[in-house]
Amino acid sequence: MSANMVALAYLIAAVLIILALKGLSSPESSRRGNLFGMIGMLIAVLVTLQLPGVQNYAWILGALAVGAVAGGSVARKIPMTHMPQLVAFMHSLVGLAAVLIAVSAVYDPAAYGIAADDGGLHLASRIELFLGTFIGAITFTASLVAFAKLQGLLSGTPVTFKGQHFVNLMLGIVMMIAGIVFCIDPSWSSFLLMLAIALVLGVLLIIPIGGADMPVIVSMLNSYSGWAAAGIGFTLGNNMLIIAGALVGSSGAILSYIMCKAMNRSLFNVLLGGFGGQASTVGGAATVGDRPVQAGAAEDAAFLLKNARSVIIVPGYGLAVARAQHALKEVVDSLIASGVNVKFAIHPVAGRMPGHMNVLLAEADVPYDIVYEMDEINPEFSDTDVALVLGANDVVNPAAKTDSSSPIYGMPILEVTKANHVLVVKRSLSVGYAGLDNDLFYMDKTMMLFDDAKKACETILHAID
Amino acid sequence: MSQAMIDSAQAATQTAQSSADPFILSFTVFVLAIFVGYHVVWNVTPALHTPLMSVTNAISSIVIVGAILAAGPVEMNLATVLGLIAVGLAGVNIFGGFMVTQRMLAMFKKRQ
Repeated sequence: MSANMVALAYLIAAVLIILALKGLSSPESSRRGNLFGMIGMLIAVLVTLQLPGVQNYAWILGALAVGAVAGGSVARKIPMTHMPQLVAFMHSLVGLAAVLIAVSAVYDPAAYGIAADDGGLHLASRIELFLGTFIGAITFTASLVAFAKLQGLLSGTPVTFKGQHFVNLMLGIVMMIAGIVFCIDPSWSSFLLMLAIALVLGVLLIIPIGGADMPVIVSMLNSYSGWAAAGIGFTLGNNMLIIAGALVGSSGAILSYIMCKAMNRSLFNVLLGGFGGQASTVGGAATVGDRPVQAGAAEDAAFLLKNARSVIIVPGYGLAVARAQHALKEVVDSLIASGVNVKFAIHPVAGRMPGHMNVLLAEADVPYDIVYEMDEINPEFSDTDVALVLGANDVVNPAAKTDSSSPIYGMPILEVTKANHVLVVKRSLSVGYAGLDNDLFYMDKTMMLFDDAKKACETILHAID
Repeated sequence: MSQAMIDSAQAATQTAQSSADPFILSFTVFVLAIFVGYHVVWNVTPALHTPLMSVTNAISSIVIVGAILAAGPVEMNLATVLGLIAVGLAGVNIFGGFMVTQRMLAMFKKRQ
């Protein structure tokens, strides 16, 4: 293939990748979009394999096959509740791959056709490699820590120490200096020092961030992995890599923004960390349990639901923890069969990553056209008989609207208090992620059903039938 | 056309090309791609944000192009070995990312 043909083939691959993202604007077009993405990737790999400098076929295809088997088997088996961990882990692989490619380019620039006349690297290449390496390295270790926190290998509680931000700042400055030294006068010592600090920095930046903020962090690392890919694209002078990297980078950035907005926090505030650490221990004793609540039995709940005209279900991550999606789906089917209008209301931070709850409901065969986003469904609560809250807490806490002293004040919530009746299924009156008591539980129109979400759904189903 | 004209035409093309550094051209593509990404991603329905993240995972593994180039030469040295490892890592993401996305998207069904 001539160089022009190669460039055109890469352009086709880039367009197909854009179409893959465009397809996600609706579930119907998304499957075809994903197929476009796969074809784009296939073209990119095939075109690269036939380039004159690539001769080592057996080894390359062998490495690819190992990766394919590993990736494929994980993709088939992973439970949907574990998607956040999987995504975090995969970000770390992109980061590590970017670092390895950068190190390889510094070691042997000729293989990339970026060698200067003396066999070394041009200044522009050094700058690009510096940026690509440190972004890749931070992505690698930061994603590993995020993975460990989400998987429960590390505690979700923030790790903070005195002078933490100062230490990070100093390390960041030293890393930058080492990188600039590498750009001016390339040597392995400055390059490796920069790389080592970036790896450490990745860990230090994530440990102060609590489990509740992980959706933002996973989105942010998604963005970083894209910028790392774009960095490699600059090094190689390959527009397709730059386009793909920029798409992923902006996608992650938008998702981080959406998540921050849904929690009424700034990205800066999330990154500083420490949120959810002390709060969850403070909130416990003070007010919880001092006020009277109306507790009901599953039969009461079933009666309320069955005689309602309309029900909006607000699921939270507690639903997934209790593995109650399938039991809930049966309750929904039974209610729909007896003529009740059932809808789901999803808060943007309902799961552990953007859109997580939608996937968990889809897995339980809940049709996506009865699942609504917060802004779509909020006006409908006032016209609804029963709001059923399952495993959600902070996202339905009216204090976010009414109590300006509350830490979650200003956070957008699902306005369940506007429904005629509120039914809350919860194991106990314990606090949510933000460590706050919830006035919703003590309202006159609220009935509490103290049970595990799965058992509650099963007993409600039994009572309805 | 005389040889002199061809020469001067070639010279003119060369001046036009040399006026912009390749980096600037790449940077132009980069900035425009960010705009494309911005508009395309805001159009993604929030219900599909998790598949969006898993598919972008697969897409960012396009770095496999760099990994294949690094692993390309037949003589094995540090650069090729690192390249091969990177090919394997990117391969995990490409196959894992697209397949898990496909699996999720297949779950989204409409009411019967």
